[in-house]
Amino acid sequence: MTRLLLSRRRFLTGAAVSASTVPLAGCFDSLGQRGGTARGVMESAQWLTYRVQRWMLGSDSLAQEYAESEIRQPQRPNGTTNPQDADYRRLVAEDFSGYRLSVSGMVAQPGTFSLDEIRAMPGRTQITRHDCVEGWSCIAKWTGVPLASVLDAVGVAPAARFVVFDCYDTMENGFTGPVKYYESIDMEDARHPQTILAYGCNDQPLSVANGAPLRVRVERQLGYKMAKYVRAITVTDTLAGFGEGGGGYWEDRGYEWFAGI
Amino acid sequence: MARNGTELVYRQRLPTRVTHWAWAVCLFFLLLSGLQIFMARPDLYIGQQSGFAFDNAVLSIGAFMDGATMKARTVLFGHSFDTTGWLGAVWEDGDLQPKTFPSWLTIPGYRDLATGRVVHFFFAWGLVFALALWLVASLANGHARELVLSRGDWRGLPRDVLDHLRLRLSHGRRYRSLQKLSYALILFLVLPLMILTGLTMSPGFNAFMPWTLDLFGGRQTARTLHFLLMLVLVGFTAVHLAMVLLAGPFNELRSMITGWYRADPESER
Repeated sequence: MTRLLLSRRRFLTGAAVSASTVPLAGCFDSLGQRGGTARGVMESAQWLTYRVQRWMLGSDSLAQEYAESEIRQPQRPNGTTNPQDADYRRLVAEDFSGYRLSVSGMVAQPGTFSLDEIRAMPGRTQITRHDCVEGWSCIAKWTGVPLASVLDAVGVAPAARFVVFDCYDTMENGFTGPVKYYESIDMEDARHPQTILAYGCNDQPLSVANGAPLRVRVERQLGYKMAKYVRAITVTDTLAGFGEGGGGYWEDRGYEWFAGI
Repeated sequence: MARNGTELVYRQRLPTRVTHWAWAVCLFFLLLSGLQIFMARPDLYIGQQSGFAFDNAVLSIGAFMDGATMKARTVLFGHSFDTTGWLGAVWEDGDLQPKTFPSWLTIPGYRDLATGRVVHFFFAWGLVFALALWLVASLANGHARELVLSRGDWRGLPRDVLDHLRLRLSHGRRYRSLQKLSYALILFLVLPLMILTGLTMSPGFNAFMPWTLDLFGGRQTARTLHFLLMLVLVGFTAVHLAMVLLAGPFNELRSMITGWYRADPESER
């Protein structure tokens, strides 16, 4: 009898434990509601993640660079791969001869740069690994001008904190018109030696699929930070007023602004 | 006090109990948010990068159309399996959807990489803090030593394995060989490796500590190992829960909540 009772108790406990672990479908979906309490608690850890990353990456520590032999495939294009925006199509049609990168904001002398002017500046070539937030990686050789050189050419105000990249590609059509891709990085990353505005990939001019004529490389962060189809650069001390204020298209949709992990 | 010669002993100290439940909660959320993150790229590779123009995948899960019907294929080390309905293409509201996992296996239940990452990193911090707290407390109060196998424990290991297989479970005051070994492996090896392989997927951490890339053989191998270690933890948890049920869930749960455990007489071992 004792045996029987014991085994029933065991069975009931077992059943309770099993039942509590099986279908939890949707139980934690409130975590996806941005602005909600549960989500807010989860997001509080982002501050810690950011501080630790900024501490680790405070120095000019470099992202690993690879040997030529590690380039085993073309760079995999992701996100927008062929913008249909009229102004961009015009640039493509004339092989970007009319392209002018505008640099403005908190700078001494706002200016514009043609692609030839950018290519004439001392360049940097690096073979690095592109890590997408989705989880895949691809190694490619990137050639471009250090962003620091462009910033020095226009003279950045001491109070400036961020560099914002405005892009040609439309991601979606919102109530107030097309929503274009944009991104931003802080001055430390902007002046990092491996942060370049790339115009070449794997010894070829940067293709439309990979962001022609210019795309950003921020090698110590994830792929979505590396804006393609860069139209203009704005130096600023606040990210408010750009997009929805999150500092980037994906950041406005719940992704971390500092994407080192 | 004594019942059939057994007696209540204070076996689990407060830091052990608190961190045990912290791990239980953290690992639960880490698993389900991790599977959400995996859904964004349901492939695992060996090496630094993901092969798109070459094949270095060891696992691929995906849906495809066979005429007008959706099917799912899981390819493991080149062997293809039809996993329609439970991996790659799953039933949702009566329809087959091209999704790696059913919604009850992920947080959130729907596809949401951003939220998966926010949840994953929150509980990753929880895991790290709990592990650090446990390590400091256990070194201070001597609990860590209880997990170290003595010469006698190693000799008794085969016997202990056999006893477990025959479900002859003892209720000693101290851990026996297999318990010591499994807890020590999880706490000193699997969980630290889980954290380290996770960090090795971070391009920022790679710049800070490039040697971890060499240690694991590349970012994509680290990602594959992270997934494998997850399977180890799931397996450990399944056996752990089964053992709790078989050894007497009331006594086992009491010891992990109040610290008090009803132990067999000392003479038995």
